[in-house]
Amino acid sequence: MTDERPMIEIHGLKKVFHTGEVEVHALRGVDLSVAKGEFVAVSGPSGSGKSTLFHILGGLTPPTSGSVSIAGRDLLSMTEAERTELRKNGVGFVFQKYNLLPTLTATENIEIARDIAGHHGPRSAQFEEIVKLLGIGGRMDHKPRALSGGEQQRVAIARAIVNDPALLLADEPTGNLDSENSEAVLKILRDLNERLGQTILMITHDAEAASFAHRIVRMKDGRIVN
Amino acid sequence: MVWENLKHRPVRTFLSAIFIGISVTLILTMVGLSRGVLDDVRERARGSGADIVIRPPNSTVLAFSGNMPHGEKIVDLVRQRPHVTVATGVLIESIGNFQSITGINLDEFNAMSGGFHYLEGGPFQRPDDLMVDESYADSKNLHAGSSLDLGNGQVWHICAVVEPGKLSQLIAQRNRLQDLYSATGEVSVIYVKVDQKTNVPSVLDDLMNLLDGYPIYTIEQLANMISVDNISLVKGFTRVVIGIAVVVGFLVVLLTMYTAVLERTREIGILKALGASPGYILGILMRESILLAVCGSIAGIVMTYGSQFLVHKFAPPFLRQAIVPDWWPYASGISMIGAVLGAIYPGLKAARQDAIEALSYD
Repeated sequence: MTDERPMIEIHGLKKVFHTGEVEVHALRGVDLSVAKGEFVAVSGPSGSGKSTLFHILGGLTPPTSGSVSIAGRDLLSMTEAERTELRKNGVGFVFQKYNLLPTLTATENIEIARDIAGHHGPRSAQFEEIVKLLGIGGRMDHKPRALSGGEQQRVAIARAIVNDPALLLADEPTGNLDSENSEAVLKILRDLNERLGQTILMITHDAEAASFAHRIVRMKDGRIVN
Repeated sequence: MVWENLKHRPVRTFLSAIFIGISVTLILTMVGLSRGVLDDVRERARGSGADIVIRPPNSTVLAFSGNMPHGEKIVDLVRQRPHVTVATGVLIESIGNFQSITGINLDEFNAMSGGFHYLEGGPFQRPDDLMVDESYADSKNLHAGSSLDLGNGQVWHICAVVEPGKLSQLIAQRNRLQDLYSATGEVSVIYVKVDQKTNVPSVLDDLMNLLDGYPIYTIEQLANMISVDNISLVKGFTRVVIGIAVVVGFLVVLLTMYTAVLERTREIGILKALGASPGYILGILMRESILLAVCGSIAGIVMTYGSQFLVHKFAPPFLRQAIVPDWWPYASGISMIGAVLGAIYPGLKAARQDAIEALSYD
């Protein structure tokens, strides 16, 4: 399950936001290491900095200081264009609100991720297996408004992994789902981790959801507390 | 995705396409009117059957009015020149609204042109007789026997409705028109027919020597001069309309795309999270704008047929709108330029959006 070189390696990571003349210290020196193939849950109260960590790891915002690398790629020195490149192929996102494009069908939502990454050939057999695993094979021609929350989140997972990212980032993936769908989505994430060795970092409030991970990391006031 | 985005807001897409279409229609109607009117003038000049045209000094291509004070004497002089078989003077008087009435000597004109084709009625019988062509009669609902007040101090009696394409839409007897406008002995244009086409150049030279300072052309030279390129006023109008069309296209697309970008803030955030570059996002909006412009151009071309119908139905009878397919690509290209310009600002705004802020937008 684990590899010698960590998938995520973070040392003394700080992030400061400037709101007018006020400085907001969202991360105050985070140290974290996640091995390749590991499934880690990050939990903590609101304002603990877990979303900021998610955004930095996803290349959506640059860190202020410290070091952070994903699969050996240093995020601190990355330009905006390099972070965009990281999002194309290096990381996949699953959001609480699914974030599917409403004008596109499930298939098109997945295809656009491939298109952005510059993959235009046929999808891999492995991906077709994942679609089966996700149980959305019969719903692929529907637009998000015709899909249930659980189905939308499965499509979002399929979209997140279609380009074989090194890291799958999930931000409260069960936050909008009922308990039955929550469990189904969490099982899917665990399956992806176990069957494909997909490294997953999941942000969650929910202790039950966190229990699906190999390891739970708790955050408070911009630091990891255990 | 581009088409799906446009389909997602069908009313807005439809209205935007129609507004872009209006600018396309504006261009095509302007060009069509210029060409329609000039083609008509050219056709009527050729319909005279003349080989050579003599016009008053200082007259312009389209301005036939302005008379030769001793025109009839000049006609007599021209008639005596070698190889001239027929020479006839016509008097053209403006009746306002860019329209004119033409006075002819029917016998001379028949000898030159082969005569009118009467659809209703027949030749002049009374001094107040007026022939109208079919398009004028249609637009004013006139028939042989109808009366027509042109506001020039004479209520005319329609003696005939004739086939269009000869000189003018309104044709009276020259001497009656000369009396009415105190222009005894005057003519506006002299039409000359030559015995053989091969003699036209020599007769032209002869007449130019005879009538120094008078613009004298072969009918083909005149027809070639009656084109948009040679009439600076029409060229100027066309350029102004093209400018307006670019601005309209620009504003419509700017507004549409700006609204679309605001509305799709979250979707742009999603695309950015998926790794879409600013160029990719700009490209989507550009393609949407171009697709809108294509739809608008098609709508504009179709609407041109509507404007042609309206011009025929409600505009003054001398106005004719031609359908100008050779201008369709230009008009579409112009709307495309407006659309692309209009998409630049919203596109850049979208491309520069912060992904995290965009994703938290509801």
